[in-house]
Amino acid sequence: MGPEVDTPAASTAPAPARTAPRARSRALRSAGASLRSLLRTRETSIIGALLVSILAASLIVEGFATGRNAGFLILDVTAIALIALPMTLVVITGEIDLSVASTLGLTSAVMGQLWVAGLPLELIVPLCLVLGSLLGALNGVLVTVAGLPSLAVTIGSMAMYRGLAYVVLGDRAVADFPFSWTGGATARLPGTDIPWIAVLIAVLAAVFGAVLHATPVGRALYAVGNNAEATRFSGISVRWTKLWLFVLSGTVAAGAGVFWTLQYGSARADNAFALELSVVAAVLLGGVSIFGGRGALPGVLAGVLLLGVIRNALMLADVSSDVLDIVTGLLLVASVVVPTTLARVRERRPRAAPPS
Amino acid sequence: MRTRIRYGITAAALAGVMLAASACGGTTRGDGDDSGGSGGSGGSGEADPDAEIPGDLAISFLPKQLNNPYFTVADAGGEEAVEELGGEFKEVGPSEANASSQVSYINTLSQQGSDVIATAANDPNAVCGALNQARQAGSVVVTFDSDSDPECRDLFIKQATSEGLATTQVEMIAEQIGGEGEVAFLSATPNATNQNAWLELMKEELGTDRYSDIEVVDTVYGNDDDQKSFNEMQGLLQTHPDLAGVVSPTTVGLAAAARYLSSSDFKGEVALTGLGTPNQMREFVEDGTVEEFALWNPTDLGYLAAYAGASQAAGRITGEEGQTFEAGRLGEYEIGADGEIALGPPTVFNEDNIGDFDF
Repeated sequence: MGPEVDTPAASTAPAPARTAPRARSRALRSAGASLRSLLRTRETSIIGALLVSILAASLIVEGFATGRNAGFLILDVTAIALIALPMTLVVITGEIDLSVASTLGLTSAVMGQLWVAGLPLELIVPLCLVLGSLLGALNGVLVTVAGLPSLAVTIGSMAMYRGLAYVVLGDRAVADFPFSWTGGATARLPGTDIPWIAVLIAVLAAVFGAVLHATPVGRALYAVGNNAEATRFSGISVRWTKLWLFVLSGTVAAGAGVFWTLQYGSARADNAFALELSVVAAVLLGGVSIFGGRGALPGVLAGVLLLGVIRNALMLADVSSDVLDIVTGLLLVASVVVPTTLARVRERRPRAAPPS
Repeated sequence: MRTRIRYGITAAALAGVMLAASACGGTTRGDGDDSGGSGGSGGSGEADPDAEIPGDLAISFLPKQLNNPYFTVADAGGEEAVEELGGEFKEVGPSEANASSQVSYINTLSQQGSDVIATAANDPNAVCGALNQARQAGSVVVTFDSDSDPECRDLFIKQATSEGLATTQVEMIAEQIGGEGEVAFLSATPNATNQNAWLELMKEELGTDRYSDIEVVDTVYGNDDDQKSFNEMQGLLQTHPDLAGVVSPTTVGLAAAARYLSSSDFKGEVALTGLGTPNQMREFVEDGTVEEFALWNPTDLGYLAAYAGASQAAGRITGEEGQTFEAGRLGEYEIGADGEIALGPPTVFNEDNIGDFDF
């Protein structure tokens, strides 16, 4: 799972340090290995933090450890979990997509407008997914062809797509979707409190995880994030990789938009406003490096759930929403500061090693 | 290989935790420590006007948004009522007034077993599923200020009747311009349902014989935007030199219009009234730009919501049209069609009483 295993540098190096012939390189390797395990603990520690917080909340917070509450919690994080899957891949390649929540909102607005126009939902849903992929493609083209930084591009499209959403639907809401669809979106698995959407997320997460961690495509993504130049020389098209990732990100965000609209039974231009912050927070909290090249999907899923558990537990404990926002912000800052500090430590140690 | 195995183990562990959490459940309100005997609530069953209101009702207020002065005052009214009833008051809410932002708060309240949830909906439909789940779990749902879909709540506390608001505004402007002259309207958006209903009623009223010397010359829209409202007010006064008065039935419009008027030559010449909040209008009442304006009293709105919810939780009412209940210092109220309860005529604010209000 550890990205250090998947990077070209790491995979070409002989793995066990004790077989190294020279003392100096052994010292380097062992320093590297201990730091690698330190970094590897980044995912294990976030999963540990999740388990600890679930346990603590179950013991301390009244009403937390119930099936009903778990169902609420899963539905609350559904959109974040969905969008976080492609976002993980995008961030691993060293890019970012901040337009996802606006894509969700625009999709929702278009979905409402098409429904008002009388189209059947069976047709509207695929149209919305196509729209999402086009919105993602626009981001991707601006990043890869025009060579602009994705941060700048997607801050722009974040504003533009949200603005378009208001052009499409204004401040109106479309709400007369059939119950068979809206009720279906929040339906539970028979005999349980688990929303069926959790199964879909699990399947998608397994697919994304398998691609990222067990295929050449996944290794290419880490390579792009670690050293785009070297990757290009090794025959992988960095441009196409990134372009397709943005298309994927847009498509999934549109899918989340369709789900959001049905989940809340209300198509609105302001749906999921500012949700991109929660997604980025979950991805970074899950151990993905904001600078690319490092991170793993199980960590991200744990990050998504950790944010959800903390919010849910604090709300049940009657902590004010202002404090909730502060906690989310602190976690986001910590998730950037901690790995950066660790990286600093890592850079310093090998340099300190040779003289001794 | 190791990578794949570790990934599998982690995924299985996560899935296991969530399944365990989901499966061990079934704890809903009433399973454990029962908070308050609200057995017969929920719109069905017989109303018992003499039923005792339990002293330990958990009554929760969920405004459109926290830290919004209007809802802070409304919720304070709710708190006052809950204290009188000896219940347990709570105020929770999102920091942003988005369509779906209230849903997880509703879920939390129903999970906590709140007996009464009093809420102002950001979106009439987005909250619907969550409110109905809360009702199934035993909570009484009262909306105030902004209704949800009527299917999803038990009662709705209306600020005032449209007729009451229209009549009061017409009376105020007629008196301020001495019963004759040209008047114009500065509204919010052209498609705001509330605003259009009030404008229609006001025009109807001004068309009657009683106001035959008053002529409606224009209606402009400030889109509830401060700057646009300011400009529209300026435009009105330039286009209609003989204008005697302006009615702005929107708080943003009224405040912006007053700001323009107070610094123009028309101050004291052209009357201005409408719907506004005391804090926004205080300086303009004090400097003589505006004589009188109106709005419902949000404190009373929250107070009534708490009493209505408690009465239904106690089984005194079931939400049927025509049932009546006592609401503390506000007296007796009757439930109208669709479970709606109107607070009553709007409150008129002028220099005599504006000091008593802070919202």
